Amino acid sequence: MKFDHTHFRQALLRTPFHDRFVELSTTEEWMAWNTYKVPRVVDKLPTEYFAVRSGCAVMDLTPMEKYRISGRGARDYLDRLVTRDISKLKAGRVTYVVWCNDEGKVIDDGTVFQLGENDYRLCAQHHQFDWLLMSARGFDVDIQVETHDVAALAVQGPTSWSVLAAAGISNLEQLKPFGIADLRCGDIPVTVSRTGYTGDLGYELWMDPANALQVWDAIFSVQGQYDIHAMGLSALEMVRIEAGFIMPGFDFNTAEATIRNGYDRSPFEVGLGWVVNLDKGHFTGRKALLAEKSRPAKRRLTKIVVDGNKPVGEAFIYDGKNGKQTGEIKCATWSPILKANLALADIEFINGRLPAQLWARIDYQRELKWHSAWAECHSHSKPFYVPEYRSATPPMRY
Amino acid sequence: MASYDSIIIGAGHNGLVCAAYLARSGQRVLVLEAADEPGGLGADREFHPGFHTPIAHSVSHFSQKIANDLKLTAHGLGAAKPVPTVGLNTTGAHIILQEGSLSGAGTDDTRAYREYSRLMLRFADVLKPFWQKTMPRIGMNNFSDLATFAHIGINLRRIGKKDMQEFLRVASLPVRDLMDEYFDNDILKTTLGWDGLIGAKLAPRSPNSAVLAMLYRLAGESRGAHTIPVGGVNGLIDALSKSAMASGAEIRCSAEVGHILIDGNADGLTAKGVRLANGDTVTADRVISAADPQRTFLDLVGVEYLDIGFTNRIRRLRCDGYVAKLHLALDSAPEFEGLQQANGRMIIAPDLDAIEFAFDHSKYGECPDSPVMEIVVPSINEPSVAPDGKHVLSAHVMYVPYQLKGGWNPTARDRVCERTIDTIARYAPGIREQIVHQEFLTPADLERQYRVTGGHWHHTEFAMDQMLMMRPTYEAAQYRTPIPGLFLCAAGCHPGGDITGQAGHNAAHEILR
Repeated sequence: MKFDHTHFRQALLRTPFHDRFVELSTTEEWMAWNTYKVPRVVDKLPTEYFAVRSGCAVMDLTPMEKYRISGRGARDYLDRLVTRDISKLKAGRVTYVVWCNDEGKVIDDGTVFQLGENDYRLCAQHHQFDWLLMSARGFDVDIQVETHDVAALAVQGPTSWSVLAAAGISNLEQLKPFGIADLRCGDIPVTVSRTGYTGDLGYELWMDPANALQVWDAIFSVQGQYDIHAMGLSALEMVRIEAGFIMPGFDFNTAEATIRNGYDRSPFEVGLGWVVNLDKGHFTGRKALLAEKSRPAKRRLTKIVVDGNKPVGEAFIYDGKNGKQTGEIKCATWSPILKANLALADIEFINGRLPAQLWARIDYQRELKWHSAWAECHSHSKPFYVPEYRSATPPMRY
Repeated sequence: MASYDSIIIGAGHNGLVCAAYLARSGQRVLVLEAADEPGGLGADREFHPGFHTPIAHSVSHFSQKIANDLKLTAHGLGAAKPVPTVGLNTTGAHIILQEGSLSGAGTDDTRAYREYSRLMLRFADVLKPFWQKTMPRIGMNNFSDLATFAHIGINLRRIGKKDMQEFLRVASLPVRDLMDEYFDNDILKTTLGWDGLIGAKLAPRSPNSAVLAMLYRLAGESRGAHTIPVGGVNGLIDALSKSAMASGAEIRCSAEVGHILIDGNADGLTAKGVRLANGDTVTADRVISAADPQRTFLDLVGVEYLDIGFTNRIRRLRCDGYVAKLHLALDSAPEFEGLQQANGRMIIAPDLDAIEFAFDHSKYGECPDSPVMEIVVPSINEPSVAPDGKHVLSAHVMYVPYQLKGGWNPTARDRVCERTIDTIARYAPGIREQIVHQEFLTPADLERQYRVTGGHWHHTEFAMDQMLMMRPTYEAAQYRTPIPGLFLCAAGCHPGGDITGQAGHNAAHEILR
């Protein structure tokens, strides 16, 4: 890890792509993400949203926490850390994971990339180095922070493959979802994974920060052929809700940041039961999760569609119109492509089941005056938006 | 079907107590001991042909209830006579504490001692229920466990407002403040304060816990006086082994355990037996470890079966020993200036600063220039431990660090050994000429030879943050561990170290309840 001793002069770090965003930014809307300065909106939010859904959007992923985990004990180490069975992962593949504390409460989620034999990259939402080091004792592993040493770019949207191919990254057509390939962009080495946080066709590019701008420029050099837009985090928030992806620390409080009793959440409670493999052998939190599984479910982070088109912000959920309060909306968006109000809501179960009726009390403004209205909500088990083309290999050429 | 109901790892005194109770209840019990005889740090050690001593050379408060329950007298345990505690002075003006009375101090100190003992014994009684019971697990409202707290509360109320206020003030005082408040005589201060310093790397000026450690010892039947049973500490070990075997327990020596076998199935983990170092496996319904917590969890179980947070708490336990052991084979009885017979537990620490300075060295990984220590000459009470007319001197040398700066080697060991003998020679000038053989065991030696992490006599420090329901750490503090079927039963558990048998007793009680 490199330490920049002048860091205090800059409140937020600049990513290797920062200069390009500065050139493109018309809004000057910046925000902090893991100590980096990133755009909330680069130019226009609708343009950036529709670039993901019908063209190609490019987003800076560099601030994502990245850890390199290597050594003979790396797989066993990861298997004890996360709830999912890592022994099934193969080299050149990625898997989505979540990890818990001893009490079976979620610390964070992320992705594990198996880059080679005994060589993994763990990407996380929040800083995890202390927990990872604490977990390492007793295992033959080496753990390095890679956050600042690897530049990462998300290229997402139905034309993303065509864009990358035109930009000079060849041999990408056979890469399956959750696959990794070491390729070249012209003569620059780039690791490409078919992953993303948008629910659309998309890729993530991992490279040496020194080459970051050249890769960026190669992609934007085909802008005349394809509709390519730089994208900020506001558009990402819309598409990730459509895709049904959760965000620890926003949709629920992460375990290590929780002070109040009962404010943390288990994987089951945030709808991640499908990544909990209780049969794989021991992992941290397993005992607590086994116990939780034997009891009726207390609550669930639930995908809901809220009737009507009034903007849903923060709202309570009730078990009927004028009924008893039974939950709250954690994040919501108007989905331009589905023409619906989508939300994730933390809902308390009644006798282990979702309440039969769900109603949201929506407070909204008209010309600075507050109004309040009831809207019925409908739970949704699948992701809201799943375009068929996203998993086709090779992807559709444009 | 498993071969045994319970396997106990380690035939130290707690392992034997636990084994005896379980066997008496009808369980099939197997005790596995790595050494070639039972006893752990209490086992007999022939350090020179014909010269014997255990590592731990006296008993501070072995529970009479356990002795009665296990019929130890019938199994050969002789009456244990309290031995005087003697604060040695180079001038021969020693302080002698015997059966509650003090001699050798001035009139003011003698008067102050009466008030001091009254108060300390009163406080010790308040805390007494703590040491004998299983500590409650926070969040679990087990009635009998909570009753222990209620009992303490009632005891506190009963001693009256004035003493209660004083108790709350004194309980976390540094030893030095307490001693300075009451006494003038330096030797008296070191002698009375000594027992507060046993078990944790603390010195007279260290805040907290020293007074609690003293009260722990004062709560025993012998009110803080140490005893040496007939036959020495080994006599007690012998009686415990016989009692356990008479009840049907099997004790297998030279049987080192390599791993605790953990069975993982869809319902979680359970301990199902052990694999010996020689590769043999023995199955049982439960495994009870009398080994220290770090050795038990990190070496014998393995971190892959433990949660990350729990593992980290076990790792963070302070297990670095700081007490070394000196054994001298002497060709005649040692003669201490001004002392008729060296039949007591003799403390060498000229004043509280001497203890503090010795501690300061060890804090930074150095050996003290002038070691402080407690000495017993076991051959005076029990002539059989040495050839006719010859004697054994046993010294617990405090503040010899487990992790010596630069590492332990024979030269470093010899240097601190010689310093220790030089110090003794200031009180017993002829000692060097009497030495037939000498042996010095550093904490690192004790770790290697007795398989105890850090060479720590009490398995892990007996300090406030590692006491009561935090000993060794939460989730393993009620003799149960996060792994069903795996229990702890020794000094790393509540109430702690010393040869008391209480941890073994409490563990058996938990297992049988």
